[in-house]
Amino acid sequence: MSDHAADMTSDHEVDIDKHVRIYITVFVALMVLTIITVAIARFHLPVPIAVTVALLVATVKGSLVACYFMHLISEKKLIYAVLAVTGAFFIALIALPLFTHSDGFWIH
Amino acid sequence: MDIPYTVAVRRDTGLTNGKIGIWLFLASEVMLFGALFASYILMRVGATSWPRGDMFLDVPLATLNTIVLIASSVTMVMAWASLMRRRFGTFRIYMGATILFGLVFLVVKYFEYSHHIHLGELPSTNNFLAIYFTLTGLHGLHVIGGMVVNAYFWGPGAKLWKTNPTWFTNRVEHSGLFWHFVDLVWIFLFPTLYLL
Repeated sequence: MSDHAADMTSDHEVDIDKHVRIYITVFVALMVLTIITVAIARFHLPVPIAVTVALLVATVKGSLVACYFMHLISEKKLIYAVLAVTGAFFIALIALPLFTHSDGFWIH
Repeated sequence: MDIPYTVAVRRDTGLTNGKIGIWLFLASEVMLFGALFASYILMRVGATSWPRGDMFLDVPLATLNTIVLIASSVTMVMAWASLMRRRFGTFRIYMGATILFGLVFLVVKYFEYSHHIHLGELPSTNNFLAIYFTLTGLHGLHVIGGMVVNAYFWGPGAKLWKTNPTWFTNRVEHSGLFWHFVDLVWIFLFPTLYLL
C-alpha cells in the first residue's frame, strides 16, 4: 500500500470512529429524553400543555434519529427536496382535521 | 443485465439509485402513517371525552419497548459502521443484536395485545382502542418487515460481501434507513397513544 493510500485508510477509520462516538452520545440523549417524556406524563398536566411538551420532546428525539442515525445532517440536496415536499403534504394532512374543529372557520 | 448505479453514484443526483429509492419509499410511508395520525386527531378532537392512554395501556411495558427500539437503532447504525471499517464479524454481531431487539419488541407487544384480548378490550370496544390497535398493528408489521430484511442481510444475503462489499454496505445502509424510520414512528406513537 502506498503512503497516500495508507493515509486515506487511516483518515477513513478516524472519520468512522468520530461517527461512532456521535452515535453513542445520541443514544444517551435519546434515553434521557425518553425518561423525561415519561416523567412529565406523571405530572398530569392540562391536555394542551401535555400535548405540546410531549410532541416537542418527541420532535427533538425524532430529529436526533433522522439527523445522526439516518445521516440527514450531511445528505444530498435531492433527498432534502424529496423530504421538503413530503413534509409540506404531511403538515397539510395533519392540519386538515384540526381546521375542521376550529368552530367551522375553515370547513362548515 | 446489472442494476445500474448500485455502487457508483449518478452524476446528476450525486446518489446511488438505491438511496433515492429508499427515501422515496420512506416518503410514501410518512404519508401512510400521517393519514392514520390525522385520523387519530380527527377522532380525538371530535370526541366529547377521550381516555388518557394509561387508563387502558401499560406505560412501563411501552417504555421498555421504546428503550429496546432505540437500542436497536444504535446496533443497526453500528452494524453499518462495522462494514465501513471492513469488519464483517463485528457487523454480524451488531446486526444479530438488532434482529434480537426487534424480536424482544414483538414479544412485549404480544404480551400487551394478549392482555387486552383477555380483558375483552378489542378494536370494536371503543375508538381509542380501534386507533391504538390500527397504529401499533401497522407499526408491528413494519418491525416484522424490517426484521426479515435484516435477517436476510445477516444470513444468505451476506454472500454479497465477498464479491461486492461496497454494494453490500450500501444495501445495509438502506435497510438501516428503514429500521430507523420504524424507530422514529414509535418515538411519536409512544407519547401520543400511551401518555396523552
